[in-house]
Amino acid sequence: MSSLSAHLPALQVVLPLLSAPFAVLLRHGGFAFGIVTAGAWAAFACAIGLWLQTGEAGIISYHIGSWPPPWGIEYRVDRLASFVLLLVSGTAAIVLPYSRASIEHEIPRELHYLYYAMFGLCLAGLLGITITGDAFNVFVFLEISSLSTYVLIALGRDRRALAASYRYLIMGTIGATFFVIGIGFLYLMTGTLNIVDLGERLRTVEDSRPVLAALAFITVGVSLKLALFPLHQWLPNAYTYAPSAVTAFLAATATKVSVYVLIRFWFSVFGETLIFEKLPLPQILLLLSLAAMFAASFIAIFQDNLKRLFAYSSVGQIGYITLGMSFDSVNGLGAAILHLFNHGITKAAIFLLIGGVVLGLAKNSAVPNSRGVPAGAVPPAPTFDRLAGLAKRMPLTCFGIVLAGLSLIGVPGTAGFVSKWYLILAAMEAGQFWIVAAILLSSLLAIAYVWRFVEVAYFKPAPEGTTKQEAPLGLLIPAWLLVIGTIWFGLDTSFTVGTATEAALQLVKAGR
Amino acid sequence: MSSGGLPEHFSYIVTVFLMVAGLFIVIARGNLIKKLVGLSVFQTSVYLLYITPGKLLGGTAPILSPQFTVYSNPLPHVLILTAIVVGVATLALGLALAVRIKEAYGTIEEDEITAADNAVQDVEGVKS
Amino acid sequence: MENDLVLRVVGKLLIPFILLFALYVQFHGDFGPGGGFQAGTISAAAIVFYALIFGLDKARRIMPDRLVEAMLASGVLIYAGVGVAGLLLGGNYLDYFVLDKDAVHGQHRGIFWVEVGVHITVCGVMLKIFYMFASRGQDGEE
Repeated sequence: MSSLSAHLPALQVVLPLLSAPFAVLLRHGGFAFGIVTAGAWAAFACAIGLWLQTGEAGIISYHIGSWPPPWGIEYRVDRLASFVLLLVSGTAAIVLPYSRASIEHEIPRELHYLYYAMFGLCLAGLLGITITGDAFNVFVFLEISSLSTYVLIALGRDRRALAASYRYLIMGTIGATFFVIGIGFLYLMTGTLNIVDLGERLRTVEDSRPVLAALAFITVGVSLKLALFPLHQWLPNAYTYAPSAVTAFLAATATKVSVYVLIRFWFSVFGETLIFEKLPLPQILLLLSLAAMFAASFIAIFQDNLKRLFAYSSVGQIGYITLGMSFDSVNGLGAAILHLFNHGITKAAIFLLIGGVVLGLAKNSAVPNSRGVPAGAVPPAPTFDRLAGLAKRMPLTCFGIVLAGLSLIGVPGTAGFVSKWYLILAAMEAGQFWIVAAILLSSLLAIAYVWRFVEVAYFKPAPEGTTKQEAPLGLLIPAWLLVIGTIWFGLDTSFTVGTATEAALQLVKAGR
Repeated sequence: MSSGGLPEHFSYIVTVFLMVAGLFIVIARGNLIKKLVGLSVFQTSVYLLYITPGKLLGGTAPILSPQFTVYSNPLPHVLILTAIVVGVATLALGLALAVRIKEAYGTIEEDEITAADNAVQDVEGVKS
Repeated sequence: MENDLVLRVVGKLLIPFILLFALYVQFHGDFGPGGGFQAGTISAAAIVFYALIFGLDKARRIMPDRLVEAMLASGVLIYAGVGVAGLLLGGNYLDYFVLDKDAVHGQHRGIFWVEVGVHITVCGVMLKIFYMFASRGQDGEE
């Protein structure tokens, strides 16, 4: 099967992409589930294969249609790409089995096959963004994943899901259009779209205005997609009202892949000299990251809806990733890549577990609502007044949320600690000790919002007549796999830290 | 093409005007349909941005032949064909969402939707 | 509009030619402007035209929703299938050169099937969008 391994880069995207039309053709929720899940698992297998290959061969280049780059579209897998591919396809492979049990209560049955088709497309789009070596192709895959994301969010039962999806559509399209304007300027200046070729040719026209405009457009456009602090307005509502499985998948992958695009363009295309020496970009990014870490985490503390709380926490955590990027050092970039992965699995675990909570609330309509909202078709939101004494009802779910919450705070022994540790090391290496203090202080805010959940779930008395009613196993097993993952990658860091460091080294070496 | 400011840069000026006008409509209008119109104008300006530099006056289609030495660049057209499809898909999805929002909220004015959401959130006790 | 005699007659006359023109645009795409996108839209326009004159229900009888959905999925499958065929015949993904006895014939064969796939998907998507929007007000309260 040596020929198969040579085609892994194509199969990585094609298999989930093919699963989507098959799901539409089959028109049956169960079959569609089977084929899209098979596609996601196959993609995960491909990602593992590519990770092993990049470990040996360094960079893999695959020529679509046998047209050599820079004329044809090249699929290019380096260490960073394979790491992100692993995160995206792995999350999909875990979230899809979860969906089976979860969307049963959230989406009308006759729409299930379309849900799976959209999921397959979204996965293919995200994998495509990561793997492609062609700048315009990035835009195409970005739109494939975005359009399917808007649909997935709009599938939420609450009508606010529609408004959230619409808002995301407007913001996301502006972001993608900004991005494509930037690509246009680059193409005008260099006549090429291949990312590696762009990087080489830009050296000669580095100082021209169109290149600076391109940098501005691409940075702002991608920042919209990755929800960098002042551009995060679409995120909280979209995460809050989307179906649980969708929220988990998006939180772990969509913003992370956008971060990947920003890293790719900053380091592989524009190059470090332009970004870090001629422009005040790192300073701006540093300030915005700090603002995200503090402001978003602070807003999170005052949310009453659990999903919304962790959505704001996501905005804050993205701040840590961009903070790592702003250091202009291998360690800083490595820490950013590391946090991208660790935060991805942590947040996915939390949102999957909250999905179980939402399901429990919907089933247990006997939970009295103090303010008397008329019970409609909309499931009750996981607000704190409904969660009192939740630990009695769902001990495993609550324990999982607490463990993942510890990872958000950065308690030793969890994945979040590892990435924050490397972030702090990078800050100390840069000699900026006030940033170390800022990282520690903002972690205090994370303690505050995680504590709010702990207090309500463990220390508030449960309503009378509460019985133990754990989430179904179909929800618990995938979620706990991710929780165990956050602990595992907190204790055994050889895989994550090793790959992240190699990826950062590769990027910085190519960028200089 | 003759030298001189306006005629030479005419297409760029149009592009930038459409770009800014579209973006302005998206931001300034509260009506969901009008926002989508603005978004389409904004996207269309990008099509122009790509296509105008691809055309050389006197250039022909890029089919190799001894008679011709000047060719237009075909690649921007191909790229923009893809972008147009993306634009159509976005517009269709946006309109579909607007229809669903109209059915769910009874309005397509953004401020009224926000007001309706806030009313619900006050009842639920969700701070935004 | 169902009772308008002129529209009905003109429509019946024109629709076959619209479909034929779609096929012309499809197959002439090698030599002139045209191809799957344009042809797909034109053939979808024929059905939309039919629906406008004779009503949505009649159009849905000749192009049922199931068929439209199957079209928009199978077109993608044909396109991707060409890519996979390139893989199976020993080339890279979407490699046209290996599809026939020599590279030029392979290119022809590859682009032919890709355009067929594009045609089917574009036509399916256009019809699906039209059906979705056209049927919305009818069974709703408006």
